[in-house]
Amino acid sequence: MKTIPFKKIVNSVRDLCLAAAFDLPPGTARSLRAAVRKESSPRGRRMLGRILDNARVARAQRVPICQDTGVAVFYVDLGGEVRVSGGTLADAINEGTGRGYAEGFLRPSMVSDPLFARKNTFTNTPAVIHVSCVRGTTLSITLAPKGGGSENMTRLFMLKPSDGEAGVIDAAVQTVVMAGGNPCPPVIVGVGIGGTAEAAVLLSKKALVRPVGRHHPHKRYAALEKSILAKVNKSGVGPGGLGGSVTALGVAIEALPCHIATLPVAVSLSCHAARHASVTL
Amino acid sequence: MTKKRALCLCPPLSREVVLSLAAGDEVEITGTIFTARDAAHKRFDALLAAGRKLPVDLRGQILYYTGPTPSHADTGRFSAGPTTSSRMDAYTPRLIAATGLAGMIGKGNRSAAATDAMIRRHAVYFAAAGGLGALLGACVKAARVVCYKDLGPEAVYALSVENFPATVAIDSRGNNLYVSGPARYASL
Repeated sequence: MKTIPFKKIVNSVRDLCLAAAFDLPPGTARSLRAAVRKESSPRGRRMLGRILDNARVARAQRVPICQDTGVAVFYVDLGGEVRVSGGTLADAINEGTGRGYAEGFLRPSMVSDPLFARKNTFTNTPAVIHVSCVRGTTLSITLAPKGGGSENMTRLFMLKPSDGEAGVIDAAVQTVVMAGGNPCPPVIVGVGIGGTAEAAVLLSKKALVRPVGRHHPHKRYAALEKSILAKVNKSGVGPGGLGGSVTALGVAIEALPCHIATLPVAVSLSCHAARHASVTL
Repeated sequence: MTKKRALCLCPPLSREVVLSLAAGDEVEITGTIFTARDAAHKRFDALLAAGRKLPVDLRGQILYYTGPTPSHADTGRFSAGPTTSSRMDAYTPRLIAATGLAGMIGKGNRSAAATDAMIRRHAVYFAAAGGLGALLGACVKAARVVCYKDLGPEAVYALSVENFPATVAIDSRGNNLYVSGPARYASL
């Protein structure tokens, strides 16, 4: 059994908040540089260049890449041989989030009641925490801050099994085209197939933390990712939604077993920054 | 293709200037612009519905749909890119009609009702590049809260901007770059 002190988790989560807000993941930067070469619209090329400039300024001056520093969404792999001393894991993550957002001058974007009061909590908490129970003696935490503009474009399609591959392609392409300029294209498209309605949505969002450009290990899913990407990039949406040939930087599919009657397909979009940061304790 | 020189705009915008702008024009804005997003629009709308005046005179002015990050205590730096404009569409027709608002900056397409209001009342919609908060924040030389401080990042700020880059996305005749731009590059 390994014991991890509460304070250590708080400090690590604080650091993740800062890293995710200021530092564009290296895979995203590579993919954006490649996109400049592929983009056929001059306005689109200028915008892609400025996205890279923005990332350099953010990293050098420790200013957020985007003012929407997001809902703090955490994916936690909790080893069975790990215990937290001095408090609960959820409390540690929330305390670290509050500290990170305050110390980094990140935007508090959470309201306490969704419908009536909509009063800002000014701490960016509560965080959204998804825990997976895994074997071993380590605790891995990934933070993927999710901006509202892209979050609002999330869609769930409860397809029929007979809709098959073509149905999945349509769902993904339709989601990206309908979203237009709202999610800050070029986007990363996360597709969750299978599970249940709620499992598919979570899967589609978790797919967005896969490094841009890395494909699914299964050949047929990898091929499906490539055909969705090709089709999305023919939509014309382009950088900023103002027209162009680079609408998405990547497509990541994740799949789960599902019921004999169902084919749930969820599509989550990430803006071009695809912010995330991870730590293993 | 070389970059066309951007047009310089200094609010308040005259009707002539608004009418001269065409979808696709690149502009750089210098002067004072005002921020307002979801919560501030809701309060504005409640005041207008009750027949009252807004705490800020928006005639000829430009509203920027943004909620900036807090400015850094040491460097004064902050991030301030555009948010999705369509969330403001429900409030836009009344706001334009009642105040004489001349311009809006945001990202993404607008509703038919918001666009109609722009055509009828001679207003223009600018797209700023989404996700470029660090660069756009650097164009803001000073910021002060005008009203609704309790809303935090959703308060109404007066921003002094220099050479703030934007693209005319929907002009006062209803020409729309969010439609014509993608149509030009679509090959599905």
